[in-house]
Amino acid sequence: MKLSAALTLLVLICCGIIASCTSDAELEFKRYYLAGERLYKSHCQNCHGAKGEGLGTLVPPLTDAAFLQKNKHRLACIVNLGLTDELLRVSGKTYVSKMPANNLPPVDIAGILTYVNNSFGNKTGVVTSDDVAKDLEDCK
Amino acid sequence: MRKLTTLAGLIILFAACRNSEQATLPIYGNRDTKTVTKDGKEVVDTIYQTIPDFKFVNQYGDSITQKSLNGDIYVADFFFTTCPSICPIMHRNMLKVYNEYKNVPNFKIISHSIDPKHDSVAVLKKYADGLGISGNSWWLLQGKKDDIYNLSASYLVRRPEESAKELFIHDGLFILIDKQKRIRGSYDGTDEKEVARLIADIKTLRAETNTEIAQ
Repeated sequence: MKLSAALTLLVLICCGIIASCTSDAELEFKRYYLAGERLYKSHCQNCHGAKGEGLGTLVPPLTDAAFLQKNKHRLACIVNLGLTDELLRVSGKTYVSKMPANNLPPVDIAGILTYVNNSFGNKTGVVTSDDVAKDLEDCK
Repeated sequence: MRKLTTLAGLIILFAACRNSEQATLPIYGNRDTKTVTKDGKEVVDTIYQTIPDFKFVNQYGDSITQKSLNGDIYVADFFFTTCPSICPIMHRNMLKVYNEYKNVPNFKIISHSIDPKHDSVAVLKKYADGLGISGNSWWLLQGKKDDIYNLSASYLVRRPEESAKELFIHDGLFILIDKQKRIRGSYDGTDEKEVARLIADIKTLRAETNTEIAQ
């Protein structure tokens, strides 16, 4: 009886250790994701929709995982500077994009990208403030 | 068993009451009276606020007047194609109305551009193609700016304003107009629930046969 109680305690402690190990990365993800959700609503949702569905061929959807992957290091620039008359091929359709610039700090852009990259059926993990700052240096 | 029948009867009665309550939509706007002679007797008639005549051009370059909508129930709104704020939400929602009623006769949607300088017929056609709309159940209208802005008052919507950033301030209302050009409903076009109410009200209005509603 004593042995099983001790075993249970040991298992619990192990669980606690594992949970606290993963929680740093998890916390970082959550912090970006939740801030991003709020920012998405105020900066992106009007045009791109609550489900990232876009609008006809006026506004591209954010559900094309291949597009997001291919343009992974360009996304920060797109959010920051917007787009003017560029032809984009998204989800099999062509969009002549006119997207307004947002002029947000890297931490906010990271939040938005973390949210978009992990919503609407996408799942590519966290985008950090440092990732964004690096990508922003190469904006064309 | 008798109890059950009574209960069923009550439910039917209740349902009937609710039905008759929902069967007509209110008539909005100012109203006036007019004394007319009917069968040798003087009676007082109510004159409801109606949408005055107008002359605009749609996305196909066709001239559109009040006459083009004769016999139609229609929904009106005010927007501009480069609107970054509420217009995409409004028209994402208006697409729901369009898809529900695009194939029924005597129903139309008219969207007035409040930026006629930029929104030429060609720009409106491109926008319509972008929305994925075709045919003649949703017209995007361009006209003289003053005409459009003055007309907005007749729809009981806020008069659009140009702001410092060269954008336009306007409200996102969808206005439901009946065959007699009277205002029968006003809905927040940015609110999904309000738009669902509009879709239901159009059905109610289409079912309305009595053209003279005493109110």
